[in-house]
Amino acid sequence: MTTTWVKSDRQKEREKLLKARARRSVSAATISTVVVVVLVVVGLRASPGWPVVQEKFFNWDALVASLPDVLRGFLLNVTIFLIAEPVILLLGLGVALLRGLRSPVFFPLRALAALYTDIFRGIPVLLLIFLIGFGVPALRLQGAPNDPVVLGTIALILSYTSFVAEVFRSGIDSIHPSQRSAARSLGLSHGQTMRYVVVPQAVRRVVPPLLNDFASLQKDTALVATLGPLEALRQAQIYAYDKFNYTSYVAAALLFVALTVPMARFTDHLAARAARQRGGAT
Amino acid sequence: MTLLTIDGVWKRYGEHEVLKGVDLAVDTHEVVCLIGASGSGKSTLLRCVNLLETVDDGAITLDDVEITDVRADPDDVRKRIGIVFQAYNLFPHMSVLDNITLAPRKVHGVGRAQAEEQARELLTRFGLESKARDYPDRLSGGQQQRVAIIRAIATQPRLLLLDEVTSALDPTLVNEVLGVIRELKESGMTMILATHEMGFARDIADTVCFLADGVLLERGHPDQIFGAPKHPRTREFLSRT
Repeated sequence: MTTTWVKSDRQKEREKLLKARARRSVSAATISTVVVVVLVVVGLRASPGWPVVQEKFFNWDALVASLPDVLRGFLLNVTIFLIAEPVILLLGLGVALLRGLRSPVFFPLRALAALYTDIFRGIPVLLLIFLIGFGVPALRLQGAPNDPVVLGTIALILSYTSFVAEVFRSGIDSIHPSQRSAARSLGLSHGQTMRYVVVPQAVRRVVPPLLNDFASLQKDTALVATLGPLEALRQAQIYAYDKFNYTSYVAAALLFVALTVPMARFTDHLAARAARQRGGAT
Repeated sequence: MTLLTIDGVWKRYGEHEVLKGVDLAVDTHEVVCLIGASGSGKSTLLRCVNLLETVDDGAITLDDVEITDVRADPDDVRKRIGIVFQAYNLFPHMSVLDNITLAPRKVHGVGRAQAEEQARELLTRFGLESKARDYPDRLSGGQQQRVAIIRAIATQPRLLLLDEVTSALDPTLVNEVLGVIRELKESGMTMILATHEMGFARDIADTVCFLADGVLLERGHPDQIFGAPKHPRTREFLSRT
């Protein structure tokens, strides 16, 4: 029996209503956005200190003048980030897997991994950067790095790996035990079960919190400035002290935002896709 | 008196057409069984009635009001329709009692004491009074499904939808769930069941509908459908079960 669908008048009417509702939603969103923006701008400009703030923070000439130096510094931030991120991912997964080892033989490794996350998650990032940045060169070890960029990057890696390891661990724990049983019943070893069954599912599940940590890492690269290298914040500071104008800080802030916003949208996109894959029913 | 009418309902996922113009009327106190192979559209039809899926054409009315109207409030419609799923879908972080009283308390504004009293009455009626404080994962599949049915009827819906509620149960547990449904029929509950239990459908249904590839091919009294099916595809389907 073949039946072909001819859209009924009722459905046409219904779609017309839906379209009208969509149009109303868009115009409501537009109007409320315009109102909010106008209120914020008017409120700012009406405040008594606005002329001074505009001169010191939102000065177009200062922005143009400081941007090249700040941007050059910002490339260093991006470099630190790009080097640290893959290392953190690998080490974090490694630490998480160590903590998941069941055999009593591996107790020391498991304990070490737990100790590591306990300690490094507890130390404020800035403090850790000081400790490593000033402490390691003071040891005067043969071959130990004393470039502040390298030391700062190491400190960031140590700190963020402990967070990322916990994210991975919670992802691994969230995979239902029946998946493990199914894999082990096929004769896969613990390692193979992790490699082929558990970790692939866990990684998919923790992508949004991981990206969250990386947005945080992008910003914290600015903390390396405290060791002296000329990255974005340091360059902005130099300009601000030199010209007594803080617009350079705004320029640096804009650059950081320009980097984190696409990442945030990407996270949203991944979350939405995951939700669609689970079945779109409300 | 007609409670629910389904009028020319179409549903498609991309190019795949799951329902192709299904018509069905259900009277108050009537029990309708939907039979047909997996993928014939039984579950989708139930999900459309509960507005878990939006129809692509056609209309569904409940109490003479069109519920597929885009201006209708879906939550308001769902207050009057209960649904039980194949996989129970109990909330694992709540006790049996909390599972049952959640909707009466949060949606229908019943006080906690009254909601719990009603829940305990229902649990007693279906032999589960000792499980009120247990969590779902402590119960057998049959017990979980009975709790899910109680949860669905605790809000006193006008219509109860049952979507292959025994498919995930082993044969020894099927009967306790079917017993609950039988008792609901005696109490006058209007129900639409998608089921693979042919013997049960024949026993309990007032009307049996056979679906194939999204088309309602044949409907009638259970004795006629199971005894003397008219459509060749109904005959073929029944001979294989």
